[in-house]
Amino acid sequence: MALTLTETAAKHIEKSFDSRGKGIGLRLGVKTTGCSGMAYVMEFVDTLDDQDQVFESQNIKLIIDPKSLIYIDGTELDFVREGLNEGFKFNNPNVKDECGCGESFTV
Amino acid sequence: MALLQISEPGQSTAPHQHRLAAGIDLGTTNSLVATVRSGIADTLPDADGYHLLPSIVHYADEPLVGYAAQKLANSDPLNTIASVKRLMGRGLADIKTTGTRLPYDFVETDAMPMINTAAGKLSPVQISADILQNLKQRAEKSLDGDLTGVVITVPAYFDDAQRQATKDAATLAGLKVLRLLNEPTAAAVAYGLDKNAEGIHAIYDLGGGTFDISILRLQKGVFEVMATAGDSALGGDDFDRLIAEWIMQQAGIAEDAEHQHIRQLLEIARTAKETLSTEDSALLNVKFIGWQGELNQQQFKQLIDPLIQKTIMPCRRALRDAGLTVGDINDVVMVGGSTRMPRVREKVSDFFKCEPHVDIDPDKVVAIGAAIQADILAGNKPDDEMLLLDVTPLSLGIETMGGLVEKIIPRNTTIPVAKAQEFTTFKDGQTAMAVHVVQGERELVTDCRSLARFELRGIPAMVAGSTRIVVTYQVDADGLLSVSATETITGIHSEITVKPSYGLEDQEIERMLKDSLEHAKDDVATRTLREQQVEADRVINALRAALKIDGDRLLKQDEFLTINTALDQLLKLKDGTNAQAIKRSIEKLDEVTKEFAARRMDASISKAMKGHTVNEFMEN
Repeated sequence: MALTLTETAAKHIEKSFDSRGKGIGLRLGVKTTGCSGMAYVMEFVDTLDDQDQVFESQNIKLIIDPKSLIYIDGTELDFVREGLNEGFKFNNPNVKDECGCGESFTV
Repeated sequence: MALLQISEPGQSTAPHQHRLAAGIDLGTTNSLVATVRSGIADTLPDADGYHLLPSIVHYADEPLVGYAAQKLANSDPLNTIASVKRLMGRGLADIKTTGTRLPYDFVETDAMPMINTAAGKLSPVQISADILQNLKQRAEKSLDGDLTGVVITVPAYFDDAQRQATKDAATLAGLKVLRLLNEPTAAAVAYGLDKNAEGIHAIYDLGGGTFDISILRLQKGVFEVMATAGDSALGGDDFDRLIAEWIMQQAGIAEDAEHQHIRQLLEIARTAKETLSTEDSALLNVKFIGWQGELNQQQFKQLIDPLIQKTIMPCRRALRDAGLTVGDINDVVMVGGSTRMPRVREKVSDFFKCEPHVDIDPDKVVAIGAAIQADILAGNKPDDEMLLLDVTPLSLGIETMGGLVEKIIPRNTTIPVAKAQEFTTFKDGQTAMAVHVVQGERELVTDCRSLARFELRGIPAMVAGSTRIVVTYQVDADGLLSVSATETITGIHSEITVKPSYGLEDQEIERMLKDSLEHAKDDVATRTLREQQVEADRVINALRAALKIDGDRLLKQDEFLTINTALDQLLKLKDGTNAQAIKRSIEKLDEVTKEFAARRMDASISKAMKGHTVNEFMEN
């Protein structure tokens, strides 16, 4: 079981934490919503929940609840620019199908 | 696939439900748009990597905004509109008297100024909307979605008309305005000064063409603008001009050099100025006459020190207006590209005796603060995040009898706010009342600015002073005023949203504030006089009415004469300027009519008691 960050993603996350000034790690997860079943969640974490599992990649703590882990195990998180737009991208090996907009997916 | 951003804990949004918010610094020279992504607030660049968008629009077939328009400024000046912010919310007459010489073809109208261009007649609001539209597109491309709302910054001294014009421009550009925010407040927010419990901050803003100093006080989550001062014709361009003139002297270039050459010289001057921010000296190379020279740090300082000194005077004035000394200032924030000059920072630091905040790019700091507010207002932060409040820049009042101003919402009141005050009729049988809304600190209407007038009609005819009319002033979160008047018995109602057709120059607001202090004594004297005159009118009206009804019946000939003499004396005095004499004359009249008043009261009591015993009244 593992979650990893690319170097670009790690750099950007570090910048985000510097700017925010607090936080122990980054929560990755999924929630069941959206046009194609599930959507990704990315949040700053200030306190851990009991069930949380913690991974570490590039010196950054990645926090995930066990249910979400089933759907995104093996994911590599990247940070990319597409034209003027920039943001994080989940390279998730479990995904079978995405909705047209790519904001939600099925496994 | 769609790209994701990091949210605050528990604030993740469902797909297609993102709350995309942006902050916009709609500047005189340049504009910027900023947003908060993954916890980082930053300005958004265009496709070429430029963050600044010159606030210039060229009109031909399609409006061209920014650098593209700037290139056409020389070849097509009448269709290339710059500095439109100076025209926002102003009438043509205002523009002509402010001395801002703008080389456009104005259409003569009574209300909003319009400019003739190849694309037809355009108002400053429409031109600003084109700038905002450009920034909106940039933001939506960068965020990959439609904007939920924006926060737009305005100068702290912007009045209602100028704020309304800015809001109208946003609406025209298809933007939802979450809030208009004062520029100095935005700068303070960018540095997180709002996170402190309280403090007093000076915001020093030296831009391309204007200088503003604002003293803000943070108290209980509210930023109060304690004082503003500045110079609307002092900025980085003046530094360039000064250096260019020095080069002309050194190189022996005639003062009436060709326009094109002057432009080149200004460009050389600007480059030298920027070089001297980091280097000890700058090389000057004037190609068109083959002259080369050097400007060293020493000479540079000598040249620009007088200009920097010109910014220190308003700082001193702002402190004095706020009733503060240098020691009271907790933080100084630097805003505007010209504060990159180390000499400026040095002088400001010397004056305020503290190191100014310079970490955030001074061109971007206002937009960044606006983005942070927009992010909170759009709902991307937990609820406990403090919401920033603003205050009214000048008092809002109503005209009362005698041309006096009764202040309803005092200056520096936290907005949004609603305040009501009761008024009554002045004459018997009065059925209408004029409500005149004014803005300013002075006691007399003629010294304040008229914002709006409207009438409340259909008041039931009653004795003077017996109707109750509630006038409510409401200022929304953007500083926009609406006024309503309601007669409490019938419920008749009238209201107005203030959209004045002309505007105040920022210096004028400053002057109005200063005048109110300087004329405080005169004003009190005038107020006393007017009050006595109004009181005299009231007494005369009431007495005449009473004499008409009961004079013949209750007064003897000599009593009638005494009263008439006193009345004539008051009539003569009341239009004079001696408040004391009017007061004494009113007292005299009061004295000689006491007996008459007593008899009238007796007469009406006995009329009321006819057929009743005293005991009946005692029991009640």
